[in-house]
Formats: sequence, C-alpha cells, structure tokens
Amino acid sequence: MALTLASDQGCPSGLAPPDTEFAGGDPAAFVRLTTGGEETLELMAPGAKCAGCIRKIEGALKAVPGVTEARLNLSTQRLRVTWKAHSVRAAEVVRLLNGLGYRVQAFDPEAAEREVDETGRKLLRYIAVVGFAAMNIMMFSWPIWFGQDMGDGTRTAFHWVSALIAIPASLYAAQPFFASAYAALKARRANMDVPISLAVVLTLSMSVAETLQQGEHAYFDGITMLLLFLLTGRYLDHQLRQRARTAARDLLAMQAVTATRLAPDGSLSAVSARDIAVGDRLLLAAGDRAPVDGVVEEGQSETDCSMLTGETLPVRAQAGTEIRAGVINLTQKLVVRATARAADSSVAQLARLIEAGEQNRARFVRLADRAAALYVPVVHSLAALTFFAWLFGPIVLRAFGVEVGEVGFRQALMNAVAVLIITCPCALGLAVPAVQVVATGRLFKRGVLVKSGDALERLAEVDTIVFDKTGTLTLGKPRLITAAAQAELQAAASLARASRHPLSRALVEAAGPGVVTADAREVPGEGVEGTTNGRRARLGRRAFAAPDAPDANDGLLELWFTVEGAAPMRLAFDDALRADAADVVRRLLNLGYGVELLSGDRAASVVRAAAGAGIAHWRAGVSPAEKTARLNQLREAGHRTLMVGDGLNDAGALASAHASASPGTAIEASQAAADIVFQGAALAPLVEALAVAKQARQRALENLRFSALYNIIAAPTAAAGLLTPLIAALAMSGSSLIVTLNALRLQGWRPRWTS
Amino acid sequence: MDIIAFLIPAAIGMGLIGVAAFFWSVRSGQYDDLKGAAHRILIDDE
Repeated sequence: MALTLASDQGCPSGLAPPDTEFAGGDPAAFVRLTTGGEETLELMAPGAKCAGCIRKIEGALKAVPGVTEARLNLSTQRLRVTWKAHSVRAAEVVRLLNGLGYRVQAFDPEAAEREVDETGRKLLRYIAVVGFAAMNIMMFSWPIWFGQDMGDGTRTAFHWVSALIAIPASLYAAQPFFASAYAALKARRANMDVPISLAVVLTLSMSVAETLQQGEHAYFDGITMLLLFLLTGRYLDHQLRQRARTAARDLLAMQAVTATRLAPDGSLSAVSARDIAVGDRLLLAAGDRAPVDGVVEEGQSETDCSMLTGETLPVRAQAGTEIRAGVINLTQKLVVRATARAADSSVAQLARLIEAGEQNRARFVRLADRAAALYVPVVHSLAALTFFAWLFGPIVLRAFGVEVGEVGFRQALMNAVAVLIITCPCALGLAVPAVQVVATGRLFKRGVLVKSGDALERLAEVDTIVFDKTGTLTLGKPRLITAAAQAELQAAASLARASRHPLSRALVEAAGPGVVTADAREVPGEGVEGTTNGRRARLGRRAFAAPDAPDANDGLLELWFTVEGAAPMRLAFDDALRADAADVVRRLLNLGYGVELLSGDRAASVVRAAAGAGIAHWRAGVSPAEKTARLNQLREAGHRTLMVGDGLNDAGALASAHASASPGTAIEASQAAADIVFQGAALAPLVEALAVAKQARQRALENLRFSALYNIIAAPTAAAGLLTPLIAALAMSGSSLIVTLNALRLQGWRPRWTS
Repeated sequence: MDIIAFLIPAAIGMGLIGVAAFFWSVRSGQYDDLKGAAHRILIDDE
C-alpha cells in the first residue's frame, strides 16, 4: 500500500515533519464504551495540518474492518475513532497512525470529556438574533431619519414595528448582561454589566413611552446595535478563554500517565494513574515516570529526581528504596509496590502550596473592571444630575426671574436616559477583549500559550524575573564538558553505545557516529565493560571503573573510563544551558528587568549555570517552601515577579508569583499553576511574551482612554438634550470600529530587536 | 403605500427564516471545526 512508503509519511503538504516514534504506553486504558455498544478512543494528532492529512488518517482508519467512525477535528487536532466492541485493539490504531507518520497520543478519558462549548453556542445565537433585529430595525430607521415627507402616523407605525422586533430580541440577547449584573449587585459590587442592563431596560421603556405618545425619538435601533457590539466583544473574550482552556487541557492530557500493573500471575496490564490502588505492583521500565509514591521491590537502577528537587545527580534505587511520584527511572526496569494512590501521593501535598499562592493572585483586579469601577458611579450620577437639572432647573431659574419655557417630567427623563445610552460602554466592552484576542493569537503562533486575559495583564506589570535552573534555564539533559582526545572519546563511546544511561547517551552524542564494542556487557547501576582496541576497558561509576582514583567532589556528573594498563580518565558532564539562555538574560537585563536564579540543586552547578547565563543573583539548595518564601519576600519589597519554572518543586512558587511561566516539558502541576506555557527548546518566546503583553496593555489603555474621551464629548451633548437616534447610532458604531482597528494594529507590530 | 403592510411582514419573515437556519447550523455543530471545514472541501469523494 502506497500509504506506508517512507517518502509518503506525515503531512502530504509538508506542514509538519513526520514523526513515527511510538509514543506513550498502551492506549487500551483510554478506550471508552459508548451507549451503542461501541468503543471510542480519543486521540491527539498534533501533526495533522491539511486536507491531505484528513483524508489519509480518516481513510486509513475507515479501511480497518470494524471501525465505524473516524473523525478528525482540524481546529483542535483531535481524532475520534469508534469501532464495534472487541473488533479492534487500541494499540493497532495507534500503530497504524504511527506507520502513516503521525504521532498520536491517547487522552485521559477524564480530561478528554467531550464537552460541547455550550456557552459559545449560546453567545452565537444571541448575536444572530440581535444582529437580525438590528439590521431589520435599520430598514425602518433609515426612512425615519432621512424621509422627506413622512407623516406622524407612518413614523409611529414604523416605531411600533421596530418595537415589536427590538423588545423580544433585546430581552433575549441581553440575558448574559442581566445575569452578570444581578450577580454583581447581589454581591454588592458594580461591574460593567450594571450600566448596560440599566441602559437596555430604560431605553426600551423610554422608547415605548415615546412611541405611545407619537414622539420623534425612539432608540430601538441604537439599543440593538449596542447589544450586537457588546455581544461580539463577549464572544471574542469567550473564544480566547475557550481556546486557552482546551489547549491547556490537551497539554496535560498528552502527559496522561499510564502505568503497567503486574498481576500476581505475572501478566501485565495497562492502567491509568488514577486507578492504581495501594499495594499494586507496578513495572517501571527505563524512561518511565513513577505515577504514584512507592517502594522498590525488585531491581536496581538509577533515578532522576530533578523534577522534585532540582537535583541533577541521579539517585540510586534498589530494593527498599522509596520512590516518589514524578521520579523518572533511568537505566534498568524496577518493580515498585504502590504505597499511596495518585491523589494522596507527594505530588498532591504540593497542592496546598499552590492554593495558598493562588489566594494572593485572586486580589488582582482586571483592567476592564478597574475602568468599570471608575466609570459606573460617574455615569450614573451624571444621568441623575441631568434628570434633576432638567426637572428643577426651570423652576429655579424662574425663581430668579429668568423666562424659560416649561420642561416636563418626560423631557427630563428623556435626556437622562439619553446620557445612559450614549455613555453605555460599547467601546469599553470591546476595548480590552479585542486587544487580548489579537495578542494571545499572535503569541499562540509562536508557541506561547496564554491561559487567560488577566494573565496577559499581570505579565505586563512584571519587573523581576525569577528562573528555576534545571529544565528551565537548562534543558535538563547532561552534556560532556571534559575536553578529551578524539581517539579516547571514540573508545569510551564504543562502550557507551551499549547503554541507555543518560550519561552514556550524552557521551555518544559528543563523540558522534562510531562502532559498538561487540562484547559490551552492562552491569546494572555500575557501568559497561568490554574490549576496545584489543584491551579490556570499563566505563562507569568511579567505584566500578576507577576505584583508586580520587574523588573530584565538584558536584559534576561524571563517568570514569579505564583501559587496561592506562591511567583512568574522568569524563565530566553538566546540565547544558538552553542555547539562547545567556542571550535572553542579557536582553531581559537590557530591558530593565531584574533577573534571579532560584534552584534546589547544589551550589557548584548553580554557580556554573548562573555564570553561563549571566545572572548575578542566585540561590542554591532552595527547598520548595523557601522558593515560595523568597517570592513573597520580593512581593513585600514591592516587586512584581514572573516565576519561570518546570518542576514540582516550583509549583508553589509559580502560584505565588505575580505571573508565571512553564516550559511545555514541565510536570503537570507546574503547567496547571502557570499562566503561560511555552513550547520548544528556546527561551526567546518568553521575551516576546513579555513585550507583547506590554504592548497589549498599551493598546488596551489607549482604547480605554479613547472611550473616556468619547464619553467626555458625548455625555454633555446628551445631557444638553441634543442627542438624536441618528447621532447615537453613528457614535456607537464609530467608536467600536476605532477600538477594534486599534487592537488589530498589534497584529503587525514588531518588537525593536527583531527586524 | 398599502404595499408595505405586506412587504414588512414578508421581509421580517424572511429574516426569521435566516435566523432559524443559523440556529440549526449552530446546533448541528457546524461551528465546531471551522478550519477542518475549510479543508474538507478539497477532498474528492471516491
């Protein structure tokens, strides 16, 4: 079949590289039984980019006997496969897709809960109804405004038809504003929806009263248009949150941990982390992450605890060693007995630190709400003032002997309501969401996921950046730093090629391509032994390969290489900094940010990383609680901090910082606590995120200022009784348009350092 | 001008049909994957 040819792998349009690496464990744990007696599997297919991908994937799956449905959603890159129960095995599906060149990942059934976006659909319906109303009413308003010789009777008839459309449509479509205003008032607060709701109700009643008295000014057109603009802003805001929420959930779901359970009869089965019970025996292969806390029963290996402690040196594990959830098994397989469920594991204890941190953050007030807090009292007192001025003004003036005409209650009320209509925060409602949608969309394309609009606002206020070391400033991967002769390096690498240990791999990477020693034998937890160039050689721990050599004791990762009859050679490794770490730090310092390094690792390696990246302020051996304390200390000193971290030990600090970021490789808890998640090996997206956030804040403030200016001009006009429905309609659409266009400027904006 | 007594309800009626059609399209999930829909049109049925 042509589909399986190597040249035909992956996206046919070449939009994504093919990826045939088998990812993750057995997806059988993720299959769900549907009500119709069928089985369903939800997969994530990040490589699917075009129509060709849809056809390839869906076509290949539908050709499998038993498969009843295969549907790829290109927007969310989710693939849903359904088959008749027991006719297909989930692993076959994954293998088939891998063969086509698409890396797919099963979802945690819980995270993949297919929720239809009900709120989004509701908002679309509101927009449709109120848009229909606005357009149809405009058909009647146009002749009213510009008709040359329209009689009072015709005008009133047109007003009645408008009322018939506007009243049900507005009451239907204004529901989200009513609900939110009611909730705010019940909590004794005022938000932007209070003046909106008030304006809707008052405008409708005033316009009906006007129509009843055959009056000239009815605002049915204005109010429906206002609702249309406001709902558009609301929909944009919702889309932004929805996209961020889905993307964040997908990231976590892709990390969904499966484990291999060892039954008493020796058979293996895949279970999801949630289903592990205390006492279960789990098989932890090399490279697996422990899903729960446990104790090693069999086997000998080394483990990587850097996610928990920041410590880069591998820790030995043998029977009796306690293993905490999140630890990665490095070399040999282990059998571990679970001592806690996933929810009770040490990971969950960090949740308390995160919660405490988030309480600090809850005090943050969004820009739009801050504007509303200023705006609501001013506008409402202005409307009240207008009403009383028109009602009692003439009486006062007459008392002073000035001749003025009679102004009735109706006129006073009309003018007061006109103030409320014209100042209704139409542009204000669009001012912030429009900017945030453009900003996050732009960052999303660069691989930066911003979880919410207020994350962007907090990011813009940051003045100090605190980095974690392992996995954040560094790649979390060892790199050879000893300069060795090529011949010796190749000899050592020929032994190293037989081992899966991370240090061996780093050595092979440094040596480049070469041969494997034929008789290489790996001693678990010790090293490799074999014959190279006709002589016996050993590569491994000091105790194994060079027992007589002195301990260097500099905190570096090391391998010793001894060839029979020659002096032992020490190969030192260090956790490599991200390629652009020094550049990014320099740029941040130039931009005036304070930069700090907080690491749980030992001082020697932290000093090296700090020097390499150019960070002057560093602390080593910091515990998770101390990290949180340091961030609180910085806050009390008046700093707004951005915490960048990836490990479990950073989760608390991430939550208590003013804003926080995690690399896409970070552990779940950290990604959940972080405001933004950036993908890829570079740190540069972080600088761009900071710049775009600042620029977005600038645009949002411009928009708010423009709205204020507009109100300063419009409100007195209305208070003076000069407002007509035509002016109201023009002013409203005009201001919304300007605000939106200003937001779009962000799309083409280039930071100064790129060209 | 009596004709408007007929034209107005006709115009609004047509508009309402449009709104009803939109409601249906939202409910049937046609707004759930806008990107995919744009690409699917390129696939030939075999």
